[in-house]
Amino acid sequence: MASILSAGTVAPDFTLRVTPDQNLTLSDLRGRNVIIVFYPADWSPVCGDQVALYNELLTEFHKHDAEILGISVDGVWCHAAFARHRNLHFPLLADFEPKGELARKYGAYRATEGVCERALFVLDREGMIAWSYCSPIAVNPGADGILDALEQLSKKANAHGHLEDAHQQE
Amino acid sequence: MVTLKTPISKSDHVRGPMTAAITLVEYGDYQCPHCGMAHPIVNQVQAHFRDSLRFVFRHFPLAEVHPIAGIAAESAEFAGAAGLFWEMHDALFENQSILSVPTIFMIAEKLRLPEIELRDALATGRYRNKVRGDFMGGVRSGVNGTPAFFINGVRHDGAYDFASLVSAIQLRITADSHV
Repeated sequence: MASILSAGTVAPDFTLRVTPDQNLTLSDLRGRNVIIVFYPADWSPVCGDQVALYNELLTEFHKHDAEILGISVDGVWCHAAFARHRNLHFPLLADFEPKGELARKYGAYRATEGVCERALFVLDREGMIAWSYCSPIAVNPGADGILDALEQLSKKANAHGHLEDAHQQE
Repeated sequence: MVTLKTPISKSDHVRGPMTAAITLVEYGDYQCPHCGMAHPIVNQVQAHFRDSLRFVFRHFPLAEVHPIAGIAAESAEFAGAAGLFWEMHDALFENQSILSVPTIFMIAEKLRLPEIELRDALATGRYRNKVRGDFMGGVRSGVNGTPAFFINGVRHDGAYDFASLVSAIQLRITADSHV
């Protein structure tokens, strides 16, 4: 298993295709929490279950002011068909050309198979990795780790907010 | 070891004696074909262990891929309020291949549940929070798809054919008795 970027690392910025005629840039999401989900392939059974689960949790993620991005080496048209077939309501990004370049930067590329690892990253509002996890490739990691990480971030943000309030009162 | 975060409570649907040594929890979706296949197996497992097993079913509908799953789960809750949860639960799985809103109403009619009240409960989402509560409890317990089984609070990661479930349960009983 690859050694993925760990908590405390600044998440490498990127611009990737999200639809045939649109790009998405990570740093444009600064100020919000971001969940990055690298997964091996559209249409594969485990990935299908995994994205279907996240798709049901978008309201929970939004409660934590978090955006979720799925990334694989599949191309935009493949992503479009997959998203339509599964009714997905979050963006799938194509790490397609040069293939897997971004996944390599995150330590989440499996060169032997030419696909992304099944790796999760939760980024804080400043774009710092707050939590990361690489799952065995055949195991759907679920969402409990993501939600725990987001809760920690929300707690931290609240504590910080209270501190600022206290300073203002002084 | 993945463990169940939400303990069994009064709001759960439980089949079998409260004193049973084994508690088998399933997170399931009435429109999921794998859950449909597991349904008769779970019944066989329960028959095999008789009074030493209680079975708990919690909802885990993936509504974006299974558009009837949420309505089916809410209908089961509606039936549950009339004391007919398991009757509705069994019928939903037995009719999975033709599952639709008319099928659900047909089942409700057979169970003599009031049609207008069911329509009203579904329209107003009376049981939506209960179903979502089951779902979120499952997510926090690491449920990543359906069916997901927990045997005495520990997730069963293996196959769920009859022999695998029975032997996993026996192993768990042995492990628990050594604690």
